[in-house]
Amino acid sequence: MQTWQSASPAPSKQTRKNSAAQFGTRLLAPLAALFFLVFSGLAHAAEPPFPPLNGRVTDAAGVLPPEIRQRLTEKLKAHEDKSGDQLVVATVSNLQGLTVEDYANRLFRAWKLGEAKRNNGALLLVAPNDRKVRIEVGYGLEGAITDAVSKVIITTAIVPKFKQGDIPGGIEAGADAILSIMAGDAEQWQRRAPVRSDAVNGIEVVFWIVVILFLVIVVWRMNSSGGGSGGRRRGRGGMVVFPMPSSGGWSGGFSGGGGFSDGGFSGGGGSSGGGGASGDW
Amino acid sequence: MRQGSVFASPPRSPVAARIVGALLAMLFATCLSGCGAINRVPTLEEQAKSSWSEVQNQYQRRADLIPNLVETVKGYAKQEQDTLTKVVEARAKATSVQVDASTVSDPEKFKQFQDAQNQLSGALGRLLATVEAYPDLKSNQNFLALQSQLEGTENRIAVARRDYIGAVRAYNTEIRTIPGRWIASFFYPDSKPMETFTATPNSEKPPNVKF
Repeated sequence: MQTWQSASPAPSKQTRKNSAAQFGTRLLAPLAALFFLVFSGLAHAAEPPFPPLNGRVTDAAGVLPPEIRQRLTEKLKAHEDKSGDQLVVATVSNLQGLTVEDYANRLFRAWKLGEAKRNNGALLLVAPNDRKVRIEVGYGLEGAITDAVSKVIITTAIVPKFKQGDIPGGIEAGADAILSIMAGDAEQWQRRAPVRSDAVNGIEVVFWIVVILFLVIVVWRMNSSGGGSGGRRRGRGGMVVFPMPSSGGWSGGFSGGGGFSDGGFSGGGGSSGGGGASGDW
Repeated sequence: MRQGSVFASPPRSPVAARIVGALLAMLFATCLSGCGAINRVPTLEEQAKSSWSEVQNQYQRRADLIPNLVETVKGYAKQEQDTLTKVVEARAKATSVQVDASTVSDPEKFKQFQDAQNQLSGALGRLLATVEAYPDLKSNQNFLALQSQLEGTENRIAVARRDYIGAVRAYNTEIRTIPGRWIASFFYPDSKPMETFTATPNSEKPPNVKF
């Protein structure tokens, strides 16, 4: 008897374990499906391996002497602190088999240069081994640094020095020219396409305020009329919880504007649609 | 003893509770994923549509640049009348193709649009190739500005097409794979797969130059 009794709980424990395992798989299956759904949407096309964004001057090809790199970084930083426009100078040793236009656009988007709301980034890309140069301009700066202006900078400031073998000099002359265009007159500043900004629209905020006000009024009315007919007035007892817009919904729009600290330099979420010009030597 | 068995037999109820719990969890998960997916179909559709309008935008920009280019080239290269006429004709044809939101889900209209634009690309490429024979024109400031704008536009077209292809791929995948497919057929019966660009056979080859 005792052996039987002692034996009997064991199988029941076993079945419990089984059911627990089943429960686990039951819970896991939809969760796995959910994760799959979430992440399958995030899958991107394969991008070529890009050099990491080390700073305003990212010299992956190793063609810039340290003092020029330092001087350029200071100039670029000074301009960015003043205007918010982010110009990054990059050299790469290899275009990964892409055209310079394609590579520059993908690199620009991978680094997310410029602020997300203003898309005010620009990239001066030099591929010394492929003898290609490109100025890639973010959406927000297309009005200031037009394709024609970019071409003029490349043909008059950059390429002549490159042809003499003076890569650092050409890069610095090009960066100076782009900075001077960026810091151009007020008319040019006003021509920057504000249409392309991805700013949060005020309408959304107003909409939510109206909705909340409406709900408050409805609840207030219901409470006051219910108190009159029901007789049993609860005073402040009735609790109504409003489904407020989650913080994710709000912060999504506001974040992204890049504040660049001196410690770690990064892009601010900007994008480019292929503006600018390219050249070779 | 009986009472004891009644009270001691709740082994069943935890199992039932677990089953109910599992069902609730599944329901919750499907609801959650469903809510996300419900919004994903129109979200992706809007993204694809806005990518499409960017494509149209850039093609329009190219069409707007062409008359200026033709005028500039005409002043220097009168003997290229034939090439110029072809560009003008191709532009007229490309701009006459009616394009609207339904173009993207109509294979025939989409092909018509694509063919007309490819034809214009070809004619334009031939024109720019003939320009090589005219050093005066090549050094003309107006022409250089136009040329860089055209190059920039061609590049923007390439980027816009790439973005459009990516957006359409995401959207088409969504409405053809399982949760999205059910949701689309139930909530958005109007959503149709969109057309995408095919690689043009001529775009890889440099245009033929005849002197």
